[in-house]
Amino acid sequence: MTDPAPALEITGLSKRFGSALALDGVALTVRRGEVHGLLGSNGSGKSTLIKVLAGFHAPEPGASVRLYGRAVPLPVPGAEVREMGLAFVHQHLGLIPSLSVTENLRLGALATRDRWHIAWRAEHARAAAVFARYGLDLDPRAEVGRLSPVQQALLAIVRAVEDLRAHSGEPGVLVLDEPTPFLPRAGVDQLFALIRACTAEGASVIFVSHDVDEVREITDRATILRDGRLIGTVVTKATGHDAFVERIVGRSLEGHTGAARAVPPGDPAASVEGLAGAGVGPVSLTLAKGEILGLTGLIGSGYDAVPALIYGARPAQAGRLRLGGRSIRLDTIDPPAALAAGIVYLPADRLGAAGVGSLPVGENVGLPVLARLHRAFGLFEADIHAHAAQLGERLGVRPNVPALPLSALSGGNAQKALIAKWLQVEPRLMLLDEPTQGVDVGARADIWAALDRAAQGGAAILIGSTDYEQLAHLCHRVLVLARGRVVAELTGARLTKDAIAEACFRSTTLAA
Amino acid sequence: MTPVEDYERRIAALEARLRAFEGRLSPPRGARAPVADLGERYGLLVAWALLILFLGWFRPDQMFAWNSYAAMFGSTAMIVVLTLGLIIPLTTGDFDLSVASTMALASMLIAFLNVRQGVDIGPAILIALATGAAIGAVNAFFVLWFGIHSLIVTLGTGYFINGVILWISKSAPIAGVSMDLVRPVILTRFLGIPMAFWYAVILTAVIWYLFQFTALGRRLLFVGRGREVARLSGVNVVRVRAGALIASGTIAALAGVLYTGMRGAADPSSALAFLLPAFAAAFLGSTTIYPGRFNAPGAFVAVFFLSTGIMGLNFLGMPSFVQNLFYGGGLVVAVAISQLLRKRRPMD
Repeated sequence: MTDPAPALEITGLSKRFGSALALDGVALTVRRGEVHGLLGSNGSGKSTLIKVLAGFHAPEPGASVRLYGRAVPLPVPGAEVREMGLAFVHQHLGLIPSLSVTENLRLGALATRDRWHIAWRAEHARAAAVFARYGLDLDPRAEVGRLSPVQQALLAIVRAVEDLRAHSGEPGVLVLDEPTPFLPRAGVDQLFALIRACTAEGASVIFVSHDVDEVREITDRATILRDGRLIGTVVTKATGHDAFVERIVGRSLEGHTGAARAVPPGDPAASVEGLAGAGVGPVSLTLAKGEILGLTGLIGSGYDAVPALIYGARPAQAGRLRLGGRSIRLDTIDPPAALAAGIVYLPADRLGAAGVGSLPVGENVGLPVLARLHRAFGLFEADIHAHAAQLGERLGVRPNVPALPLSALSGGNAQKALIAKWLQVEPRLMLLDEPTQGVDVGARADIWAALDRAAQGGAAILIGSTDYEQLAHLCHRVLVLARGRVVAELTGARLTKDAIAEACFRSTTLAA
Repeated sequence: MTPVEDYERRIAALEARLRAFEGRLSPPRGARAPVADLGERYGLLVAWALLILFLGWFRPDQMFAWNSYAAMFGSTAMIVVLTLGLIIPLTTGDFDLSVASTMALASMLIAFLNVRQGVDIGPAILIALATGAAIGAVNAFFVLWFGIHSLIVTLGTGYFINGVILWISKSAPIAGVSMDLVRPVILTRFLGIPMAFWYAVILTAVIWYLFQFTALGRRLLFVGRGREVARLSGVNVVRVRAGALIASGTIAALAGVLYTGMRGAADPSSALAFLLPAFAAAFLGSTTIYPGRFNAPGAFVAVFFLSTGIMGLNFLGMPSFVQNLFYGGGLVVAVAISQLLRKRRPMD
């Protein structure tokens, strides 16, 4: 067999962050005209691998990357790699919504070459011809912002493939980085049809996904990473769903017992009924007094929207919350009403939505209790800062200097300060989104301890997170969401890191 | 003890020491040298003193005469008031370009009602203030309900108001406003300085107290710096922003009242020239006293710093276009300094 060089060949790829190996000697071969899946859970090294290919990270010495037989210089030169035949479509598609389909399609050419006359009629006709070749129904004159999410994704993919053909002599390798989580099922079918059209023209596609079922449907072969190591490359047809999940998660799952804690007995402190919002619902759940309940799922499953919807940070369409003997409508709730009911919410976006980086830590912490700090003659900065210092001491904020701007603290210490901000109001129901994202190990333990204390003090705590280790360690119970609904509940001995991961990767099947 | 346990124990001990070390090390990071801090806070006051000394070198008889300052303090009072109105929406993150027009309209309304329509001065003032509040409410409606940038809305409403002024005044000055207004504004003096100045001092104190010592002041600040943070912390962002625009309209109208009282007359255009000085003073003021924040004492100092410069240049016989150079240059320099304080992060 006179097989030409494979489309993409990676060997010995390692990447070290500090003392941790994010990638450990990974090898990957993508054949010409193949759809190749790349699978792994959070922290598997999947996104590090993509970032190395895109030139964001420099790999450790000893790696080799070859495109159609030509060696790619390392670190990968981000801008030139397209000429060698490698292109990316990320979840953020890189389209300009206010421009037309044609303008977006030809953006690269229009932006980089000086032309004193653009024949729009000819450009539109050319765009229409391109879409016809891929069997797409897109109006070249339409404004991209008015297209459906599916059409936008299709446009971004066609643009990437066309750019590859124009700039490299090769059919090209297209990396699709998590293209599907926010698309409806019908849209996924259209996307797959387009992927097949691309490979029919000779291109290769790397399909990065969490979703085992989709990988099984579209790919020819798939590579699985776990903890930065190559677990193996399998022929998709010959591999069952469970075999995939087992490789992604690690061990076979029977017989593992968790150290999880029993759900505190007692009356339910808060119960949500029929919560529905964009991409979520209906979801119902109940929290006992002193319970820490985890919510998780794959990207796009909607687990992260639930806390925001309950708080009214995002508008919900329907739902009721029973809390402390009161029944609250969730379709009309707003943050002031939620606060008045004893609900607090800590968003994941630390310096964008949770705290103001340019203002002092003391002001950030004091914001919800200004009325309490008020004296007869007004509010004094010294009081606010003394109060914040006292809370910072309890949570272990370092340095505990309330006059510093919040942005001067490390991620972990800023997060401790923001948790202190909400713990001080002694909430009945605390909603947190990824409370320890980007937080160092020591601060993580401090935050867990603080949340534990708050729960023992009687608060009900709801945590949205994809950090399975955190959920297994901290929660009494974990609910797994898929396509906006609760599909699994893990408690007691079933509550382990691996079991949560397994439930997440199985969840798409459960929801179907 | 197994080797693993031993290692774990030793690692835990090391971590504890590391944390203790971190705790001791960290506080100085970010805590600034007190001298640099003082320099930043009171730099503009020092610059003001140096400016007086420098100009006094050339014109000692005028620059070191109390009368010069007494007159200047009185005649600049309404710019202080206008600037104080302006810093409220600036703090919540909105621009109000209509403040000078609102001031001019209020001034003209009082003269028109009092002189042409024979309305008593008291009701005329109240109508003028209510009109200022109404203009703020209109601005707030377009900014908040339609979601248009405040720069665009207030540019438009300001120009619209200019038209209204020309309409009601028939493009001509109106003189002969009741002495009941002129007397308490300019003729009555305290320590040799017209009362207009003392009204400005009182308003400065009020706004300073509001920004620095009330919960509302903190909410204004959070709305301006992090709208989403404020919203998720339970602050009614829309109400705060609307209130700020209404306050700036009302205070601008108050500046108009002082302006009419100072001159006993109103003319259709002269107040419009105060827009840039007010912005220059607001931004220059945000580099001093409470650096990095729009603040009342800073605005107060900045107005008089700029006015002292203008006064000195007049004494030196500079032509009047120098005013434009001074105010325009002052605005850009002030914003450039505040950008240095923000470490040149792009403004939003």
